[in-house]
Amino acid sequence: MSKLIYLVPLFPLVGFLLNGLGRNALSKAVASFIGVGSVLASFVLSLLIFHETRAVDFTPQVVTLFDFINTGKIDIPFSFQVDQLSALFLLIITGVGTLIHVYSTAYMHEESEMHYARYFAYLNLFVFSMLLLVLGSNYVVMFIGWEGVGLCSYLLIGYWYKNNAYNDAAKKAFVMNRIGDLGFLLAVFWMIQRFGSANFSEVFAQAPDVPAAVLTGITLLLFLGATGKSAQIPLFTWLPDAMAGPTPVSALIHAATMVTAGIYMIARSHVLFDFAPITQTVIAIIGLATALFAATIAIRQNDIKKVLAYSTVSQLGFMFLGLGVGAYTGAIFHVMTHAFFKALLFLGAGSVIHAMHHEQDIRRMGGLRKFMPVTHITFLLACLAIAGIPPFSGFFSKDEILTAALLKNPVYYVLGVIAALMTAFYMFRLYAMTFQGRFRGTAEMASHLHESPKAMTIPLVVLALLSVFGGLVGIPEVFMKDAHRLKTYLAPVLDVKNQGAASLTHLPHNTELALMGGIVVAVAAIIFFAIRAYGRYQFRDEASTGLSRILERKWYVDECYEFLISKPLKAFSGFLSSTVEKVVIDGFVNGIGKAVQSGGRQLRLLQSGQVGSYILIMVTVTILFFIIQLFWKS
Amino acid sequence: MPVNYYIFLSVALFCIGIAGVLTRRNAIVVFMCIELMLNAVNLLLVAFSKMHHLAGLALDPGSTAGTEAQLFVFFIMVVAAAEVTVGLAIIVMMYRNIHSVDINFLNRLKH
Repeated sequence: MSKLIYLVPLFPLVGFLLNGLGRNALSKAVASFIGVGSVLASFVLSLLIFHETRAVDFTPQVVTLFDFINTGKIDIPFSFQVDQLSALFLLIITGVGTLIHVYSTAYMHEESEMHYARYFAYLNLFVFSMLLLVLGSNYVVMFIGWEGVGLCSYLLIGYWYKNNAYNDAAKKAFVMNRIGDLGFLLAVFWMIQRFGSANFSEVFAQAPDVPAAVLTGITLLLFLGATGKSAQIPLFTWLPDAMAGPTPVSALIHAATMVTAGIYMIARSHVLFDFAPITQTVIAIIGLATALFAATIAIRQNDIKKVLAYSTVSQLGFMFLGLGVGAYTGAIFHVMTHAFFKALLFLGAGSVIHAMHHEQDIRRMGGLRKFMPVTHITFLLACLAIAGIPPFSGFFSKDEILTAALLKNPVYYVLGVIAALMTAFYMFRLYAMTFQGRFRGTAEMASHLHESPKAMTIPLVVLALLSVFGGLVGIPEVFMKDAHRLKTYLAPVLDVKNQGAASLTHLPHNTELALMGGIVVAVAAIIFFAIRAYGRYQFRDEASTGLSRILERKWYVDECYEFLISKPLKAFSGFLSSTVEKVVIDGFVNGIGKAVQSGGRQLRLLQSGQVGSYILIMVTVTILFFIIQLFWKS
Repeated sequence: MPVNYYIFLSVALFCIGIAGVLTRRNAIVVFMCIELMLNAVNLLLVAFSKMHHLAGLALDPGSTAGTEAQLFVFFIMVVAAAEVTVGLAIIVMMYRNIHSVDINFLNRLKH
């Protein structure tokens, strides 16, 4: 089966080529059939591969397709890594991808045929790149996928390219990603220079012999790459803007898969990170700061997708906290559950937006539970899952990260819990303002409200089931011994030797249960409070003041970046274009022309027409040559 | 007679020729000076040729080495004669047109 691994990314690539090249000829039915079918085929293959990796005697395999770069001492094959970690990611990507492709067929039906096929072409290209990213068995192939998903993210954010604000958002995402990619690229170069290879197996095998300073440098650069792709401080501001893209895109790329690429990369390279404790501390602190920071912003956002975007940033922060404290399984677990419930939340939001005719302001919604029962129930389940109510999936994954954080440093734990409580608050504020109370839109809007078609509700239901029961693969030991099947499954990849302090020591079970119970009670209280406070929200158009205004304006981060980075850069570019180019470069180029011209004008005077003067010059120069010749020799 | 004397004589003739070309304005005198320079060169060629030929004869009585330069002299004389015919024809035409043989009048390629 592993020999057929190349088919997994091949299907979406073929789908991309067919849809992309035939976009003017294909009808919507054909385009969606190709788009959904190619990802579905990959999903079926991924299931088979997943089944194979579950076998007890399975050993990780590297399938080499062809030589990619082979020069001198460097040998970088184009090869795929088949092991538990990549199989799990294959399953998440193609599984959630298939559901979102199905959903898109209904969500995008208003587009013209050409743009419809273009959409599916981009989406398939994205799935292809993402599969390359998780399948690559060396950092170079991973980097190809890494860049590919960045490109697709750009293309899909700017999908409605006639709107300039959307184009700006796309450019912002691309540029911010590039900053991170530079870090990744430098790390890869450094690795090739140091280890003579970019293959995972060779790099990890040599890691113990390398000085800690070098590993710290490499891992910090890798982490910079991860902050760009996974929207962490300081490179997170692109993700909320990326909501300009179609909602299924936000669900697939900016919630479920692409933004978790950074977490995948760090989990994959955990051998390096285990030897760089400084980087781990940096990751934990940045993750925690992002989780808190984004959560505070999400509390005061009024755009349904913006709330979800900041929530995604915050949850990604949790995952990085998990990576930083060495809970790699916990982080991957949270990636998985987050993919389920955040994709569900986004798709639910898409369903709402679809019904509201592209109105995204939750102050104008309300009472939608009467009109959209399926969306309402699934959205509620997703909110419960993300808030961390047992036995929904978010509870288990978040709890695992928080427990690991407590063992590492109680401060991490307390701050993490605060972020988790804020999560519960903003999610239920969103839920209450959207689905509870009375409808606050216009009467005309109310008459159009309707439940979405089957192609949209079925993915919602499937994802809701996954959000509810997905956590059961990772039941902590405190409830049931050896029930953490995900940990057992991932153990060969993630717990090779350095288990980290977190998994060696354990909390007393009573303490763990008490803390868990305390958090659940607090979360429930906050949910109750949020629904009470916002369930009967009345629209008031008044300017907010004080802290809430700061939160509404997202802590003025965009303004700060504008002032600190964009402005000086623009001024510098202006200086370059107005002064350096005009004076130095143009002066140089024009100067050559002028020098030749004026030199010619002076030389012209020599040509007087007087034969005598020509002969004189001739004789003088000849004599000169003779003199030079005479003195040269001596 | 040492070859030095020939060299000095031909250098003197050549310099007189150059000085004449540079200073004189009369086209015919300029022409004569050019002839003088050509003949200075001829003189040198003959002198060197004789010198080499004598050196060759000393080694081998039947040698003809060094006599080639004397052939060049004939070439130069023939070419100079051809040149003189053309040049004098030009000077005659020039005199017919501008009633002067002053070369400084010829500073334009066309009138």
